[in-house]
Amino acid sequence: MIEGVSIQMILTFTTLLFFIGLYGFITRTNLISILISLELMLNSEAINFIAINKYVYPGVLQGAIFSLFIIALAAAETALALAVILQVYKMTKSVDVKEVKDLKY
Amino acid sequence: MESIMFYILAGIVLIAAFLTVSTTKIYRSVLYLLFVLLGIAGIYFLMDYDFMGAVQLSVYAGGVMVLFVYVVLLTEKIGEPVRKIAFFRRVIAAVTALSLMGLALYAIWNFDFPVGSQKTPTTVNKVGEALLSYGDNGFILPFEVISILLLSVMVGAIVIAKSKKAKKEEL
Amino acid sequence: MTDFSYVIWIPLLPFISFLILGLFNRYFKEPFAGYVGIASLGISWVLALVTAYKYFFVSGLQNGKYVPVIPFRWDWIHFTDKLGIQVGALIDPISVMMLVVVTTISFMVHIYSLGYMHKDEGFARFYTYLSLFSFSMLSLVLAPNLFQIYIFWELVGVSSFLLIGYYFVKPSAIAAAKKAFIVTRFADFFFLVGILMIAYFVGTFDLETLNSPSTIQWISQHSGGVFLGLSAVTWALILIFIGGAGKSAMFPLHIWLPDAMEGPTPVSALIHAATMVVAGVFLVARLFPLYYFVGGGFALRVVAVVGAFSALFAAVIALTQEDIKRVLAYSTMSQIGYMMLALGVSGFKGPDGTGYMAGMFHLFTHAMFKALLFLAAGIIIHAVHSNLMKDMGGLHKYLPVTSWMFLIAALAISGIPPFSGFYSKDEILHAAFEFDKIIWFTGFFVAGLTAFYMFRLYFRIFFNGERTYEHTPREDSKAMLYPVVFLGLLTVTVGWVFTPFSLYVSPDRVPFRYHIHWLSPLVIGSVLMAATGIFFAYVMYYKKTDYPEKVSRAFGQLYVWAKNKFYMDELYLFVTKRIIFDKISKPAAWFDRHVVDGMMNAIGNTTVWISEKIKFIQSGRMQEYGIYFIYGVVILIMIFYFYNY
Repeated sequence: MIEGVSIQMILTFTTLLFFIGLYGFITRTNLISILISLELMLNSEAINFIAINKYVYPGVLQGAIFSLFIIALAAAETALALAVILQVYKMTKSVDVKEVKDLKY
Repeated sequence: MESIMFYILAGIVLIAAFLTVSTTKIYRSVLYLLFVLLGIAGIYFLMDYDFMGAVQLSVYAGGVMVLFVYVVLLTEKIGEPVRKIAFFRRVIAAVTALSLMGLALYAIWNFDFPVGSQKTPTTVNKVGEALLSYGDNGFILPFEVISILLLSVMVGAIVIAKSKKAKKEEL
Repeated sequence: MTDFSYVIWIPLLPFISFLILGLFNRYFKEPFAGYVGIASLGISWVLALVTAYKYFFVSGLQNGKYVPVIPFRWDWIHFTDKLGIQVGALIDPISVMMLVVVTTISFMVHIYSLGYMHKDEGFARFYTYLSLFSFSMLSLVLAPNLFQIYIFWELVGVSSFLLIGYYFVKPSAIAAAKKAFIVTRFADFFFLVGILMIAYFVGTFDLETLNSPSTIQWISQHSGGVFLGLSAVTWALILIFIGGAGKSAMFPLHIWLPDAMEGPTPVSALIHAATMVVAGVFLVARLFPLYYFVGGGFALRVVAVVGAFSALFAAVIALTQEDIKRVLAYSTMSQIGYMMLALGVSGFKGPDGTGYMAGMFHLFTHAMFKALLFLAAGIIIHAVHSNLMKDMGGLHKYLPVTSWMFLIAALAISGIPPFSGFYSKDEILHAAFEFDKIIWFTGFFVAGLTAFYMFRLYFRIFFNGERTYEHTPREDSKAMLYPVVFLGLLTVTVGWVFTPFSLYVSPDRVPFRYHIHWLSPLVIGSVLMAATGIFFAYVMYYKKTDYPEKVSRAFGQLYVWAKNKFYMDELYLFVTKRIIFDKISKPAAWFDRHVVDGMMNAIGNTTVWISEKIKFIQSGRMQEYGIYFIYGVVILIMIFYFYNY
């Protein structure tokens, strides 16, 4: 709990962060940039959980522990995604989104 | 006092995030991400969750950023700008995001949060006990599951990123 | 002594021979297929004669009445208590008579075909079809209920189709077979409707029940609805008669019979002279009590009129035809007209039933001499290699036996005593005279025409001056001659042996004595009429003269019409092609192809078109999927939010 800041302000802040990340996810053409936008979204989620935990349910720890897990998961997922991007780069010498478009076939 | 800190940190985070998604140079985008992460760690510290802030700094700002930097250096001619998609599509994306954001904000500001008034810091002791206890408020199961998950991710990442030439040479 | 259960072998033996010959067709080389057929038919013939002897002379007559015997009957399909389809046999005077007729003629034809079909490739196939036909016809005459008659009626039609189209490489044969089957099938539609109507209104198929006095009384009390002034059962009987008229080639369903001559001559002898074409007569005779009593006998009058008109019509056409088999075909149609006429003018009790008896007797005798005529014609055709009279003449010295046999048959059909045809035809005219003078006069006049065209045929083939041939015509096959001679013998004797026929066959099954008044004006008149016809034929054809051309020119337009069969075929073709095909079938086909198929195709094409249009959604670009996702979430939230408000 931060003195003087209402929960709505913090939630507004996380919402803004999330949607900036979303905009980046949809707009960017570089695979790594997409991953970066994904990181932004995940981070905003972590703050969200902790904020609600601290403000609305101060006695329990669910939100806090869950945020820990979010971080762990985000890190793991980033590692895997980057491994895949490396492979794509090896095959096509480019990290553009166009390269993975035909994977659907 | 603390609210002013929050607003400054929030501003840094948001500006850096916006720059992340709109710059044309990859490496700068990664660096702006670093600033975002640092700002978020600061917010954690402000909310009396020291452990979280420490984890954020070490895992995210330390580990994940290193990964990003490695991959950017490995795969890209850094000078080359990131291709931007057509302006029309960017507008559509912005409109989409804004619409959903509008709904979310509307929901947030019209909801009556039952706010408690205590200021409870979260200590490492409590976090540690919670993670390892199997009683009512214990998180031992997710803890174990995530350890397995991390193991599998490690193995998977190695398998995916292994170079094929190395395999053949082994044979 | 009254055990008739061996009767089942009479139709069963030809059926077994059909199965054997049909399944093992290629293993039967000529003439073994013939031997199989002849053996089975020979045994059936003997059994039929034994049955006839037992029934008529030993055990059939009880208390002065011939009692019908039902040796066996099985239920096949059960509809209600009284109504069901059964399979069995019914032994009564007319069925025994028909058994004798069918087996005799069939047996003769089997023997004859050994010679006629010699060196033909489909020899075994021919005997297979003959056996099938014999089986069907025999089961038909033994049927104890209407439905069994219908089943074997259709089977007989199929055999006829197969046999007419035997030379299936000739387009004319194929067309003739199709025509026969389609015309008789068309008539059989009415037959079926008639049967079903009777089953509905009376409640049973069984013939004995239908013909019993109690049923007839019940019918006259419950008329079952009236349509155009006739009760429902009367209409049913008329419809059944239409079915019989199709099979028996009565006007206007006669068009198939002359074309059916495309089949081999033994087939014409067996099916289209003696047995299948009389199935219609047999049918009316079987249902005679119904025809006589229901609706005041209206249906019976229809039978008489149709029969008389067909007799006249056919005789006029036969006067002008040039093909031997066509003349004989129209002659058959004319004689069957006589039989229908005889049934139509008949009464019921005692001596009133002369017409019935005469019709059946004429059936009996006609089978003999008509088969004889056709078989003799077959010998002539074989010898001269042509069907047309212009290729013949002066054959008396080359084919003497055939000539004498032909003469016997011609005298019989003209009604000259003491040959068998005289007895039957005379009795018919007598019964007609009692009934209606116009019908009598028609029969009387046709008798003269019959004599004329028959002897026209005889003289032109065997006399008409001398003629030389490139290949000398010879009677070279014993197998062909012996049946002809045997039938000639029967033709001579059957007449005065089985007179009076009324001792055996009568409508109410009570035998009565019929006396021929030898010196009555009727008898003398008809004999004189026949003699006149023979005389004219002699004058015109014995030597080569130009009388025929003069006479045909004198008749002018009438001659042309008669020669062209009164354009009946063209009329039928016009109706079917222009009216039915063009106005009904073609629009129906168009509708089916464009509307029905079109709808199916439209459904398919629409599906494809829609999928082409929405293909772009699956682009593979993950970010687009993200946008769709977000849109979806937005819309869902809006829906939930405003719905709950």
